Amino acid sequence: MLVDVHAHFHHARTPRADWRERNVSRLTAGARIGISVHVASILGSWGLMSPIYFPSPRDVTAGNDALLALQREHPDTIRGYVCVNPNYTAHARAEVGRCLDAGMIGIKLAASRRADDPLLDPIAALALERRVPVMQHVWQHRRRDWPGQEASDAVELCALARRHPDVAFILAHIGGGGDWLHSLHAVGDVPNVYVDLSGSGVDGGMLEACLESVGVERLLWGTDLTMDTGWAKLRYLETLLSRDEMALVRWKNAARIFPPGAFPAD
Amino acid sequence: MRVDCNAFLGAYPWRKVPGTAPDALVKALDRTKIDTAWVTHLPSLFWRDPTEGNAWLYETARQEKRFKPVPTVHPGLAQWEQVLADAVNAGAPAVRCDPLYLGLDPAGGEMRVLAAACAAARIPLQLAVRLEDGRQRHPNDRVAELPAAAVRALIRSDADVRLIVTHADRGFVEEVHFGSTPEEARRLWWDICWLWGPPEDHLATLLETVGVDRFVFGTGQPLRLPENSIAKLDLLDLSREQRAAIESQNAQGLMA
Repeated sequence: MLVDVHAHFHHARTPRADWRERNVSRLTAGARIGISVHVASILGSWGLMSPIYFPSPRDVTAGNDALLALQREHPDTIRGYVCVNPNYTAHARAEVGRCLDAGMIGIKLAASRRADDPLLDPIAALALERRVPVMQHVWQHRRRDWPGQEASDAVELCALARRHPDVAFILAHIGGGGDWLHSLHAVGDVPNVYVDLSGSGVDGGMLEACLESVGVERLLWGTDLTMDTGWAKLRYLETLLSRDEMALVRWKNAARIFPPGAFPAD
Repeated sequence: MRVDCNAFLGAYPWRKVPGTAPDALVKALDRTKIDTAWVTHLPSLFWRDPTEGNAWLYETARQEKRFKPVPTVHPGLAQWEQVLADAVNAGAPAVRCDPLYLGLDPAGGEMRVLAAACAAARIPLQLAVRLEDGRQRHPNDRVAELPAAAVRALIRSDADVRLIVTHADRGFVEEVHFGSTPEEARRLWWDICWLWGPPEDHLATLLETVGVDRFVFGTGQPLRLPENSIAKLDLLDLSREQRAAIESQNAQGLMA
């Protein structure tokens, strides 16, 4: 069993003409890697009609609808995070309810609002009520504002996580850019923050630092935009961890924080 | 047979990296079934005289036959011609010069003279576009990335120079390849370590448009996990011949 906690898919109303090919490519590569379930999100129109990280409510809904369709098309292998823009509180809460009712299993917060902002509290409250995890897009050690996103870093995510200690938060893509060591120092003593290993970064020493910071029980395996890097990290982890520890990273930690029955072997 | 054309030995100044000692690199080669690694002394890339690491590199390579030394040449220092001659005499598969780390104009006179000398000595010149993701670099690590324009200028600067460029992404490769004549492009080799595999088609597309013959297997280890370069090949549907070309034969051809 292998759960990819950080996948993305595309749809017709995005800038990419090759969206079908990329979706097929993800599923094909996933089969080769041995991925049992892709837990995915779609960030609105991926920039076509509104910015990727500041999606309009209409695009949020359209993206979530596309993901629900994919989930219906691939009921054994695709699960969804409902993506929301917390600046539109009523829409976000309604969208969370609608998509979780339709079978999604988590909430995705990208970079529309800083993670420690009070506007995220109603979303976190809903996550507690529905017992689903919240994945937060994180820039590892944001030293300045980056164009196109209101990125959060681990310190800000931890502030939110401390306000909602009974909600599981997933710190997205530790290998996705920025100073991962800064993040690992920040999350060490915040037990409801889980580290998603995805991202294009395959730095030597990063996985050892992850294990040292949060231990094997708070690591979640994922890919994000690059699946080869995810597979590389999985292969390297196999040289560091026992079979039982690998099972935690491969799927058991995920099964613990996602709703019961979210995955086939759960 | 698998040859890693892009490996390092020794500590990195900007963060702790495990596995930088020779015996640790051998273990990594065993783990990933890499037969031979072209290695550069990493700390000296940041020294005022980077060639001071070459003696240690040669000695280490003498003791471990799986290492092939890729010594650093600094064309701004006196006696650099001797450093190049030493590399040729030592059977180095390439020499490297990362001009921006040395404070040199990447397409300036010193680099052009070095390119010409490498061509005359029939030894490839290796350059890295970057060593780390720019988003994560140490705040004081401000060296610019190698510009594609510099690679185009260098390949045009001498009719016989051969360049091996590591850590390039798809856009960089395409800009240089299609910004060069076919004859110039045939003297350029790219390592695969920074090229994205599925679900994106970057590596697959480049193998089709630029050609399998232009790519060599490289990892950037131990700064990067060597498993990554293997995984991206494992995710493509390559023939045995294509895979062999990338993993060893293109590099061996460079040494012929």
